[in-house]
Amino acid sequence: MQDTHFRSGRKWHLGREWHLVLPAAFRASIPVLLGYTTLGLAFGLTLVAAGLPWWLSPVMAVFIFAGAAQFMAIGLLQSGAGLLEIALLTLLLNGRHAVYGLSLLGPFRSAGKWKPYLIFGLTDETYGLLTTVKAPPQVDQTKFFAAVTGLNQSYWVIGCTAGSLVGSALTFDTTGLNFALTALFIVLLVEQIRAVKEWEPYLAAAIACVIALAVSPRNFLLVALTIATGILALLRGKIEQRDKPRRDESGGAQESTEAGWPDRRGSAGSGA
Amino acid sequence: MSYFLLAVLVMTAVTYFTRAVPFLFFAKRQPPSLLGFLQKYLPPVVMVILVFASYKDIDYGAAPFGIPALVAGALTALLHFWKRNVLLSIVGGMALYMALIRVL
Repeated sequence: MQDTHFRSGRKWHLGREWHLVLPAAFRASIPVLLGYTTLGLAFGLTLVAAGLPWWLSPVMAVFIFAGAAQFMAIGLLQSGAGLLEIALLTLLLNGRHAVYGLSLLGPFRSAGKWKPYLIFGLTDETYGLLTTVKAPPQVDQTKFFAAVTGLNQSYWVIGCTAGSLVGSALTFDTTGLNFALTALFIVLLVEQIRAVKEWEPYLAAAIACVIALAVSPRNFLLVALTIATGILALLRGKIEQRDKPRRDESGGAQESTEAGWPDRRGSAGSGA
Repeated sequence: MSYFLLAVLVMTAVTYFTRAVPFLFFAKRQPPSLLGFLQKYLPPVVMVILVFASYKDIDYGAAPFGIPALVAGALTALLHFWKRNVLLSIVGGMALYMALIRVL
């Protein structure tokens, strides 16, 4: 992965076609530019306010490149969570990515050496862009996709780096800045409430929270997520039965929601 | 420091794995329907739990009784239902929280 990331730097001397690709990719990525720099800024500020070293912010932006997981990691690293717990929580939080690639299997098939990087960069927003925007006619699609992904990541890296640098330079009282994290999770929850109308997931999560708090406050996140996932799996038949008629009504072509991390309609809408 | 780097390494590997799953396993066959189900219904679960986790360590028995976090959280949610602007909601909630903890 390291390798593929550094590879993206090579595009600058790969020939003339990039002069066509980059402007088109830049135009397509402008909504993400606004969303990623501001949220990256918030991430860097929050990370430093939590007492973590500033360099962790750019390092995470370069290697992990996953907003919600990075925000979650702030709390985990602060409390010294175990690596296994970090791994499992990342898996559960990013599990939604496991189906994104399905609609890109075809377009990525001919991506060659860019494929590992394109897969690496499949955030919510990049996925949203790659499945909606088209490469200009005279331009190679793989290079266009690579440029969009690379630009998106550069916005994220710039935002995260600036945030942690500004955060460590601030001299005024930053107590309370860490509320940005809570506010972000509330924002993401509101996005989910808009997208998912069934009540079972929310009830399952609430029950799991209460149980986890009583049983194991120390491993709260892990216990709560495991219990909630279990309850949800048990209720699956019931939810899908009710979901089905609704889906048929709407024409049968209901796309799954991907409003996990700063949802592309949200951030794109505020920018466009 | 090595703990932080190890954690980043773990998160990098797991995140890459989740993004590579379709290309590794489902290039030729249909994914199990459970995956589609979880992809839709797991995010709301995760968000409820993360919000709950943010509020669980507050001391509601002593002044200011968790009021800053509760009120600022409510403002964040209201702003987001109303304007749906991620930055406005976060900055608005955070500003109110920082003000309240200094006043109350």
